[in-house]
Amino acid sequence: MKEKRSNESFFRRLTRHQLFIPVAALLALVLFNLIADPSFFAISLKENSLGNPVLSGNIISVLDNASELVLLAIGMTLVTASSGGQDISVGATMAIAGSVILRLVCGGQVSADTMQAPLFLAVLAGIVVTMAFGAFNGALVAYFKIQPMVATLIMFTAGRSIAAWINNNQLPFINDVAFKYAGTFLPGIPVPTPVFITLFMILVFWLVLKFTNLGLYTQAVGINANSSRLNGLDPKKIKLLTYVILGACVAIAGFIRVSRSGSINYSRIAENIEMDAILAVALGGNSLGGGKFNVYGSILGAYVIQFLTTTLYKYNVPSTALPAYKAVVVILLVVLSAPVVREKLSRMKKSSAKAAKEVA
Amino acid sequence: MQEGAILEMRGISKFFPGVKALQNVDFTLRAGEIHALMGENGAGKSTLIKCLTGVYPKDEGEIYMAGHDKAVTIRSPQDAQNIGISTVYQEITLCPNLTVAENMYIGRTKGSLANWRKMNQGAGKILRDLGIPAAPNQQLSSCSIAVQQMVAIARAVDMDCKVLILDEPTSSLDEQEVQKLFGLMRDLKAKGVGIIFVTHFLEQVYEVCDRITVLRDGQLVGEYVIEDMPRVLLVSKMLGKDLDDMADIKSESGTAADMSSTPVLEAKDLCSNAGIKPFDFSIHKGEVNGFTGLLGSGRSECVRAIFGADRVTGGSVKMDGKDVKIHKPLDAMKSGIGYLPEDRKGDGIVGDLSVRENIILALQVMKGFFRPFSRAQAEKFADEYIKRLEIKTASSDTPINSLSGGNQQKCIVARWLLTDPKYLILDEPTRGIDIGTKIEIQKLVLQLAAEGKSVTFISSEIDEMLRTCSRLIVMRDRKAVGELSGEDLTQSKIMATIAGGDKQ
Repeated sequence: MKEKRSNESFFRRLTRHQLFIPVAALLALVLFNLIADPSFFAISLKENSLGNPVLSGNIISVLDNASELVLLAIGMTLVTASSGGQDISVGATMAIAGSVILRLVCGGQVSADTMQAPLFLAVLAGIVVTMAFGAFNGALVAYFKIQPMVATLIMFTAGRSIAAWINNNQLPFINDVAFKYAGTFLPGIPVPTPVFITLFMILVFWLVLKFTNLGLYTQAVGINANSSRLNGLDPKKIKLLTYVILGACVAIAGFIRVSRSGSINYSRIAENIEMDAILAVALGGNSLGGGKFNVYGSILGAYVIQFLTTTLYKYNVPSTALPAYKAVVVILLVVLSAPVVREKLSRMKKSSAKAAKEVA
Repeated sequence: MQEGAILEMRGISKFFPGVKALQNVDFTLRAGEIHALMGENGAGKSTLIKCLTGVYPKDEGEIYMAGHDKAVTIRSPQDAQNIGISTVYQEITLCPNLTVAENMYIGRTKGSLANWRKMNQGAGKILRDLGIPAAPNQQLSSCSIAVQQMVAIARAVDMDCKVLILDEPTSSLDEQEVQKLFGLMRDLKAKGVGIIFVTHFLEQVYEVCDRITVLRDGQLVGEYVIEDMPRVLLVSKMLGKDLDDMADIKSESGTAADMSSTPVLEAKDLCSNAGIKPFDFSIHKGEVNGFTGLLGSGRSECVRAIFGADRVTGGSVKMDGKDVKIHKPLDAMKSGIGYLPEDRKGDGIVGDLSVRENIILALQVMKGFFRPFSRAQAEKFADEYIKRLEIKTASSDTPINSLSGGNQQKCIVARWLLTDPKYLILDEPTRGIDIGTKIEIQKLVLQLAAEGKSVTFISSEIDEMLRTCSRLIVMRDRKAVGELSGEDLTQSKIMATIAGGDKQ
């Protein structure tokens, strides 16, 4: 009997574990592709347009293309945890970051063949600008107590215009190979650079969460701001901080995005990415109402979303129909991860286990 | 079913991972009786209520209701309501942003169209009948907590219930409101409603109840008729031990503070934006003092001003004779002050975080953002205090939410003890928790004083204050109106000072 109880609680613990849904979703996608067409997982060495040998295949494409989303999901998780709401302006501010970076590397010209400013400085400027916009959002949320979605609606609306204004409404284009290293491949390295940038950023966050109290403070503030204040925390500052951190994530995501092509389309760049970022947080088993969070869940969630997109492309789903397919999968995942359904499922497992025992 | 019984619960068991919350508990409620359900925190009262109202599915046992041949199945609070079981919880479970009338009718209108005029009229009539000072079209959040509680009861009463469960309804009511509620309970009793009354206040049990069922550690201790059950016996049944402990407390408090030394904390003309009149206050090493007064008299606001929890608007504070500036809680903490707030749920615990994280929180914040405790260190701290304060929890990893009220409170006490404060403020540390824990906390206060710490203790229960404090500051209408110590510390003298008259 005792053995059996621990068995049951193992099942329950498994199904209730925060990472159960994203891991299960990922496994389901892998399984589907394995059965439908194992060649999905094939990875080959090809030559790219510059004549470098690079790895190519669906898995590589998932890891590569998910990069921006992963970065946004990390920042979005913190914002969600501290303020119980989401920043819907991340796509628009990505456009701003990209625009700032291109303006600097093109030196204000419409097109440039070589970088007019050190890349490092350009990216740093992009980071500073989007962190400032993050601070603006964060201040509205923390100090003016405006609901996050409403507060960030301002930048959601204005961001792409600001991005266009930064470059005098022109579409700058840079043809310098070195600029595209970050968005494509470094010479001699067959794995796309965004994969490394993302891994590096995940490592940075792992270190930050380990060696600072960012996690504890953010969660405490998100769960109970009153009580956090009486324990010496400043909930407003911490909320502001999370928005600023998201700003930094946005800048790096924006940099990767413009670095892929060397150009920018203000109205289309990173369109609707905010919704995917929020979805990644939810898929990771995090409550969108804030409080406790698991940033690795969100990261996994981001990869699941990209995996799904790539799978659908593979089966020639037209890009216009893509959102509909995605929606179906999202409905399934979200319903499955709802506490009510999980409770029902674990009870079903329990009673079937009981029935099996009775038969035996 | 027994003769006259309206509700019978037989062999109810409920298991949570690692905990047997209820084991084979029987409970019988007769029509037209008020039945107290008593026990320490963690005894299983709330769990039994939640099994009855469908909040939790029960794991074993059966529930019978009068008028149903077979055992009834209750899967949700809605089911419970439909068969005539209504509940009013300790915490308000209504919607603060709706009107009083909407709250009374929400979820009960047939079809999707609501007749607002009729609803407001109906609500107005019930409110008038019960003498509740609220208008039907008033937004609920604009009512006092006490009135919100009464609206919840009005809602339950109007649903024509056979069984009414009142889960700690009186903990946020003042004496007058309690009497009004008791009047209402007696009316309902006369109409044949069976009332289950969960409370920690012994006085109230003996005032209105007919029978008592006592639970301890998830098991049934027994059911008793109130006349056959002297108070002392009831308390010992609940605690499962003899009462020598209670008598001991007073004799231990022999340690007198050195009142001639420099005060640990001295405040002059302190006032805050919470609307208290400027007050003076001091406390010495090893002293236990307290603020007393009616609800809303400004007791809590005084200590909040000292801790910097409200915005301080004037006055000066000295610690050990040196001026200190306390603008925010962190300043106070760094000066060696700890503060356990009155509202445990709203200001004390951080709900979803673990017991461990809750215990280390204050010390961690003092240590700084870039210097987190290692997991091992945090666990060591938490385990030490779980042991020292006998906190009942499955592990230090358990979310504090899932602990009983008394154990949550102990975690908050642990949080502040861990910061090793010179001066500890405990605002209503014993509200809504069981007698056993109350005594433990009182003992702890005296023990801390003996160790040389200074403690300010606030409680609504005067005998508790008498047992622990050597000096009391009496508050009335947000103003300090008197100070009592030594031989003046008697129940009647305190009452007289609270009531005032300004003649002397």
